[in-house]
Amino acid sequence: MGLTMENISLELLLRALQPNFSFDSEVLNITLLSLKVSGTAVLIGALIGVPMGMVLGLRGFSGKQVLMRFIDLTLRSIINTFMGLPPVVVGLVVYLLLVGSGPLGPLGLLYSPTAMIITQLIMVIPIITGVTMSAVGSVEKAIREKALSLGATDRQAAWMVLREARMGMLTAIIVAFGAAVSEVGGIMITGGNIRWFTRTLTTAIVQEVNLGDFNKAITLGVILLSMAFAINLALTIIQLRGPKR
Amino acid sequence: MPFIETQSLYKEYSGRQVLKDINFKVQSGEIFVLVGPNGAGKTTLLRILDLLEEPSSGTVLFDGTQMNYNSAKHRLALRRRIGIVFQQTVLFNMSVFENVAYGLKVKGESDKSIKQRVKEALELVQLHGFEQKNALALSGGEAQRVALAQALVIEPELLLLDEPTANLDPRNVSIVEEALSRVNREKKTTMIMATHNMLQAENLAQRVAAFNEGRIERIGAFHEIFEAPSKFVVDFARLENVFSGVSRVTGEGTSIVDVGDGVQIETALEKTGNTTVFVRPEDIILSLNPIVSSARNSFEGRIVEVSDLRAIVRLRVKAGRDFTVQITKRSFNDMQLNIDSKVFLAFKASSVQTV
Repeated sequence: MGLTMENISLELLLRALQPNFSFDSEVLNITLLSLKVSGTAVLIGALIGVPMGMVLGLRGFSGKQVLMRFIDLTLRSIINTFMGLPPVVVGLVVYLLLVGSGPLGPLGLLYSPTAMIITQLIMVIPIITGVTMSAVGSVEKAIREKALSLGATDRQAAWMVLREARMGMLTAIIVAFGAAVSEVGGIMITGGNIRWFTRTLTTAIVQEVNLGDFNKAITLGVILLSMAFAINLALTIIQLRGPKR
Repeated sequence: MPFIETQSLYKEYSGRQVLKDINFKVQSGEIFVLVGPNGAGKTTLLRILDLLEEPSSGTVLFDGTQMNYNSAKHRLALRRRIGIVFQQTVLFNMSVFENVAYGLKVKGESDKSIKQRVKEALELVQLHGFEQKNALALSGGEAQRVALAQALVIEPELLLLDEPTANLDPRNVSIVEEALSRVNREKKTTMIMATHNMLQAENLAQRVAAFNEGRIERIGAFHEIFEAPSKFVVDFARLENVFSGVSRVTGEGTSIVDVGDGVQIETALEKTGNTTVFVRPEDIILSLNPIVSSARNSFEGRIVEVSDLRAIVRLRVKAGRDFTVQITKRSFNDMQLNIDSKVFLAFKASSVQTV
């Protein structure tokens, strides 16, 4: 039987999926770092992005003045643009800021998990803000007017809008985590893929493929895929449980 | 002193006038009904009365006091005396109890009083036992009844209703109508309601305002407006099965109107000459076989159009002229009807009304 590419791939895949594949301490280290970097970025990102999305979604700036409306429009456009920010570009910018000769060079953060968290933070803030904003915006008018008509104060009505958008906020956080944990270009540049220090699942996969160790690459890929699956499963369950509007 | 009075109210959206010179007075305890086609300005007027929108010019007097749209405090105080039911049901993602309790909670009512009043409101809309269900899991009709309970629980002095039964099946419509008449009777709640449903207008309204293109064309008792023949009344009311033709008296107390295409409609009125008559879709009986009955009018035709309105199905039947017929979804399914099905229509001469 000829050794075709398909045969090799299939064999490797089967080997990786065997229960006794080498789940050594390095793989564990890599997995935990992935979770730590992306988890921290999303946590901080949520603390910033959710309130920002709430304010924008509640049309906090939609005053009658032309200037306020212009600011609102500009902010929304910026967020929508940044939602699709290429991670590699973010990585590049953060690199230029943190590199020895850069403005933040003296902090000595380049090639550290902190640098990676900063990179992913910049990436997830627009995602969390944008998804929260649209979740709040989609129920804003109907819920606010309903609450006001039932005798709520402006503040009580705003609270009700946020409460009704809570599923959307959760979705924002999960989507952001999914994007962060599978991101590779940005953290490769700012983290440097240093073994036992800044190597994550995605950067390690790139490394192993480059070295030709497909077996290890596939093992890592399966772990990453399982993580992505778990995240999407959680998202789907939330969406199914949340009644439709 | 009228309870609600509008004085030359205008509303404009980016150059388009949706309300023009609206003047009317509603007495305390009155049910005042706004009828007219979509886009006539009824919803906008109700939103202005609930202070959700500000008129471009003109004033609204509520119990003798001018509505002040710029003071949050004034808006809040007034809204707590006004209830509104929107055409599109909006409920919060929480239990039925919490939904109905909301209007009392924001006012800081005691838990004990909230419990009692929510119970009463739910009984009024025949939803006792629904307290713990999630409001978003209800059927359309149940959801709209919860929305009505939300508005009623605050015991508003003025209740605004925007097509509250537009998307409901007959059973839910009758529950809503019953609750409304009871509240009006027992609590003397003033109501301003927009509706398409002429039967509802006739049943509930003390007075009707006929809206057309942002203006009130006429105000008066239902019969004053609808007994006076006028083409615009027919147009805006969107009456269906309106036929014009030449009428002749039969000598048996009825008349036969020849409406063309071989269709002759018998009416229980004695009229000669040019006449316009209409039959309500719900007054027409539809069957698969010719039926022997007391109905003086019977026609054979084919279904040419089916529109599904949840529990109700509206059919367009070509029987010489086109007739609109309304039947329940269940009958529609039981009779296995479809486009091009052959059907028979029957209605009484006394169901035929003149415009």
